[in-house]
Amino acid sequence: MSETMTPPAAPPQAPPAGAARPGRNWLKIVATAVLVVVLLLLPVLVGNSGVAYLKLAQYILIGVVGGIGLTLLVGQAGQLSLAHPFFLLVGAVGYAVLSGDPEESDDLVGLGLPPLVGVIGAVALCGLIGLAFAPVAGRLRGIYLGVASLSLVFLGLWLGQSLDMFSGGTSSGRNAPVFELFGFEFANSQPAPTIAGVAIQKQQRLWYLFLAFALGSYFLARGAVNSRIGRSWRAVRDNEAAATAMGVHVTRVKAGAFVISSAFAGLAGVMTALWLDLVKPDENEFTGTYSLTVAIAFLAIVIIGGLGSVPGAVIGAVLVFGLQQFFLLGSQQFGWFADAQFGGFSAVVVSAFVYGGAIVLVVLFEPGGMAAIGRRLLGRRRSPDVPATADGDRTTPREDR
Amino acid sequence: MSTFLQLLVNGLGKGAVYALLALGFVIIYKATEVVNFAHGSLVLIGGYLVYELKDALGWTLAAVVGITAAAVAALVIERVLLRNARSADHNSLALLTIGIDVIITEEVVRRVGADIPFIGDPYDSQPLQIAGLTVFRTQAIALVVGAVLITAFLLAFRYSNWGVAMRAQAENREAAALMGINSSRVTATAWLVAGALAGVAVLFMATQDFSGAGLGRGTHAIALIAFPAAILGGLDSTAGAVVGGLVVGLTEALSAQYISFEFSKSAVFLVMLVVLVVRPSGLFGTKELSRV
Repeated sequence: MSETMTPPAAPPQAPPAGAARPGRNWLKIVATAVLVVVLLLLPVLVGNSGVAYLKLAQYILIGVVGGIGLTLLVGQAGQLSLAHPFFLLVGAVGYAVLSGDPEESDDLVGLGLPPLVGVIGAVALCGLIGLAFAPVAGRLRGIYLGVASLSLVFLGLWLGQSLDMFSGGTSSGRNAPVFELFGFEFANSQPAPTIAGVAIQKQQRLWYLFLAFALGSYFLARGAVNSRIGRSWRAVRDNEAAATAMGVHVTRVKAGAFVISSAFAGLAGVMTALWLDLVKPDENEFTGTYSLTVAIAFLAIVIIGGLGSVPGAVIGAVLVFGLQQFFLLGSQQFGWFADAQFGGFSAVVVSAFVYGGAIVLVVLFEPGGMAAIGRRLLGRRRSPDVPATADGDRTTPREDR
Repeated sequence: MSTFLQLLVNGLGKGAVYALLALGFVIIYKATEVVNFAHGSLVLIGGYLVYELKDALGWTLAAVVGITAAAVAALVIERVLLRNARSADHNSLALLTIGIDVIITEEVVRRVGADIPFIGDPYDSQPLQIAGLTVFRTQAIALVVGAVLITAFLLAFRYSNWGVAMRAQAENREAAALMGINSSRVTATAWLVAGALAGVAVLFMATQDFSGAGLGRGTHAIALIAFPAAILGGLDSTAGAVVGGLVVGLTEALSAQYISFEFSKSAVFLVMLVVLVVRPSGLFGTKELSRV
């Protein structure tokens, strides 16, 4: 445990292959630079005809933001939660209510606030509901908390179905308010600005918006993990009694983790509303945008990425959300799974197989997930932001049960 | 008043099925400390085989095959996957079962396809009249079968050598092993029994009387409602599983009638939340002690 609590400010101690170190650093910088350029130029690279790919990439970023939130809660603070779809729904509906056009319909509540206020309000609302759930979360542990949080998904389903004036109802839903920043609308316009001959229309603009959200989330989460907050999360995760003895206020830390994770999920919910261009609650609990399937998909992101690792959550999102959209895209554009009518190997079935299988393989062979594999490739032994379980050498600190 | 009595009977009938499922969770948890998220898929495996075989073999034989298959599937999951994940802790193993569940459920749902068959042929949709009450036959039979199986299990758990071994292992794994209890065999039988109970439960679940929905994702979702039943009673208490199952069944039946059908699933979870806030380890669960 002391190792996971090492102040992260200290430089990585004793790299196993010291000679290779400087070269790797350069490699890392170059790779990061290339990645940033590719992400920034993605709308240009796929062109105006490749909007479908851009949508796919946008969806991955939703997974990134939500996945980062969940990995902080599950991996860092050790609180199992399946409530993510609920907060996604609250975020999406909250944004639609706060920034929705009051004139849109008599049956719908819309406050007509500026969209930026709507986003911030929706995220704050999710944080507050997370805080309201904290008394429950603070008392429960492990699986008990996991199943307790599942109740929020069912509650969300019911509320979404019954509160039509907020959610728009299950049949038609309601429009997602167009995002707007200082008079710049994230919608199609004539004439559209161009970069290298590619018109920057709604989807391209949303891509940059989502990229900003995802990068902001990434750096906020890294910052939290590497600071006092992250250390208190890990202390609570590893041993509550020991954390208390060291002066950590366990209940407050647990509540804080829940609030932050819910806020991230709320942002992912706002992004979902913008991505679908529609807010529409699910019709049942097992399939849909805010369903149990999504709860499991987010958990899959976190597990596959490596519990507690922020970069791992990004890779997990690429694998889980990316593959799912990739298969869907394939079935729409290239006629994959064309013979798979109802009951065949559809895109959804195949992607579920892939990520279900990936969970099994990760737990069996590499409990540290992609993050551990990445660390091995980069030749680092252990980074402070990942549970020691990642290396499979933590004895469960539960002997005092 | 008669509506209320009717609801009580319906609730208990459903509760008996939830109790069978919850008991499965608890048996596995007691023997291995793993929460089996794949329980819903065991249910589907059993149900799927009954659906496929009942025309060829007749319903009874198909049911026997289905129950056996669910039991064997549980055993295979334990032997092939969980035993080999030695480096993982109990929470990771629970996550592993989620992965298994996703795969099996998708595959069964895909195979069943658009049919969504009802599989409770011998008793489906033939209500009984007992003392002025209309009782769904499925639920009456479920109540009887549930009572018999649960009593048999609890007696075996208390008095048989198997039960003693199992309780010893649940108490302290190392000490039990030192006293000559074959831990591997206890674990295997726990999974077998839990799988068989799931196989029995599905015979009642995919019927017109129970859920009004056939074998499909809905069945899997019903199995998920047995989760609150197990948690509510206390994950490591067999009696708690039975009580939890009945509480969940009654909650569902009463709230569906008096509040709304849509709310009934949420009501189950809300009742569980209230219980958990008061007693964080469930009604009969062992309190987790930590010494500072």
